[in-house]
Amino acid sequence: MFRFFLKRLFVALLVALAVSSISFSLAYLSGDPAIAIAGAGGSDKDAELIRQLYGFDRPILVQYVDWVGLALQGNLGTSYYFNMPVSQIIGERIPVTLILGTVSFVVAMLVGLPLGILAALKPNGLLDRMVLLIAVSGQAVPSFWLGLILIVVFGVWLNVVPISGAESWTGFILPVVVLSYYAIPALMRLMRASMIEVLQTNYVRTARSKGLGMPTVILRHALRNAILPLVSVAAVQLGILLSGSIVIESVFALNGLGRLAWESLLRSDLPVVQGIILILSLIYVLLTTLADLINAWLDPRIREA
Amino acid sequence: MATSTALNIITPTDIRKSGPHWIKRWKQASIIIGGGILFLMILMAILAPLLTTYDPTLQDLDNRFSLPFWMEGSSPEHLLGSDHLGRDYFSRLIYGSRISLGIGFSVVIFAAVIGTSLGLLAGYFGGKVDMLISFLITTRLSLPIVLVALAAVALKGASLTTLVTVLSLLVWDQFAIVARSSTQAIRNNEYIRAARATGASHLRIMLRDILPNLRSTLIVIATLEMANVILLESALSFLGLGVRPPTPSWGLMIAEGRDNILFDPWLIALPGGMLCLLVLAVNLFGDGLRDVSGARIKR
Repeated sequence: MFRFFLKRLFVALLVALAVSSISFSLAYLSGDPAIAIAGAGGSDKDAELIRQLYGFDRPILVQYVDWVGLALQGNLGTSYYFNMPVSQIIGERIPVTLILGTVSFVVAMLVGLPLGILAALKPNGLLDRMVLLIAVSGQAVPSFWLGLILIVVFGVWLNVVPISGAESWTGFILPVVVLSYYAIPALMRLMRASMIEVLQTNYVRTARSKGLGMPTVILRHALRNAILPLVSVAAVQLGILLSGSIVIESVFALNGLGRLAWESLLRSDLPVVQGIILILSLIYVLLTTLADLINAWLDPRIREA
Repeated sequence: MATSTALNIITPTDIRKSGPHWIKRWKQASIIIGGGILFLMILMAILAPLLTTYDPTLQDLDNRFSLPFWMEGSSPEHLLGSDHLGRDYFSRLIYGSRISLGIGFSVVIFAAVIGTSLGLLAGYFGGKVDMLISFLITTRLSLPIVLVALAAVALKGASLTTLVTVLSLLVWDQFAIVARSSTQAIRNNEYIRAARATGASHLRIMLRDILPNLRSTLIVIATLEMANVILLESALSFLGLGVRPPTPSWGLMIAEGRDNILFDPWLIALPGGMLCLLVLAVNLFGDGLRDVSGARIKR
């Protein structure tokens, strides 16, 4: 177990390093970042000044090592726009994204898992096909569009929820509905497939032949094994929900990381964008690593492989 | 997800237990319905200039916000009304299919080439090559795709070329994952070893002996990824960092209609409806293909 733990942690660190270098190198996509900051009206002198001020005149590798070193100490640089530490700005905005992501995740689990189990009881039955059909057609709807339509229907026509902002918890209802809607099919499909597989095993047949009722068999025997493959998919979905809220946050005018990233992009505030990409990627790496460790802990076969 | 869990797919060997007859019919129907709508959309994109006489970017500020035909007070000149700059909505919707389909197809082709090559190499050689490529896949999966795409397009300057390049570099992962595990599953087969024994080069074996086996699986992935790419493009354009105005893109049209969402919700309903229809068609087609080809791919 300990060796597996170390190995997994090493991979996670490497991925984190790769991700950090990608978000760092974004600055150089536009060519010279100094010219980008100086803007269209900037002169060569301005660009030169900016180069010295922000240290763009140093070799790229030195800048990268410097950036990583500071990031490790929690210093992600200074926002060009706010003239405040990036970590402080991100700290102010991250709660909204975390709340939105985790609440949507819980809702998706609460809806997706029972549906998956029910669908597995009668594969290819009416409920199963209905649920899959809704999942397939639902995936075709762009999330931002669904958000706008819900705003029109429930915010404007029916006037039951606020149309934007997060002053009260009711502002979270529609965004949570939209976000969780896209996570449900993946969770449901996997729960279904995994449950169908487990229900065909011998120990389930034994439990059934002992005369146990289906609810007991499922809850006490089958679910424990069927839930295993879900751990990693659930982690991935949570990661996607957290990083995928960029579109939703701008539709519903929620002041989270996603909206901050979008606004920062529009005003070329690169350090903030780099910081957010780094943070979101690291959260994802953390989640998947945790999921792998949980899986290894739950299922000894994995850690021996 | 990481290496241990992400890179497994269910092999196509166990054929799905066939359900009642109507389910098989439904699968066939979904190919026909999905494929049919897709075909019509492609036709519409190609024949766009013949279907409408209006230039989709022509502004007519005297005729802003003409209403579509089903609403009272609509003008006969604009079948589906006109937008905030008086541009004919019908022709913008028609020309919008060119953007969605064009970007969808080209990105998927590039992504398929990148992903399949990586997956083949990883699956065929194994060992260090596999470790490196699996690492690349894991890294790619860790990146928040919408955000990185937005940032790259914003910094590089929005153009169709940039958009296609950036998206291609971000959506190859599924191709790589599937090609890798499928290659692993067959690399030790008799005929592959026989080819090796006759002195065939690695490249030749990968391209001539392994790749044809992956074809049906890869086509299914390509369809499903295309739906994904179309949605991504629309999201980027919606956020103002994808297709630039005045080019008609459905995502951009939704963004432009958003300011008038209270009074003219049809401005967002129409392009959104087109998007849903196209993506649904592609998804149905892909799902049907997957069921028919017997390739069981986790989604």
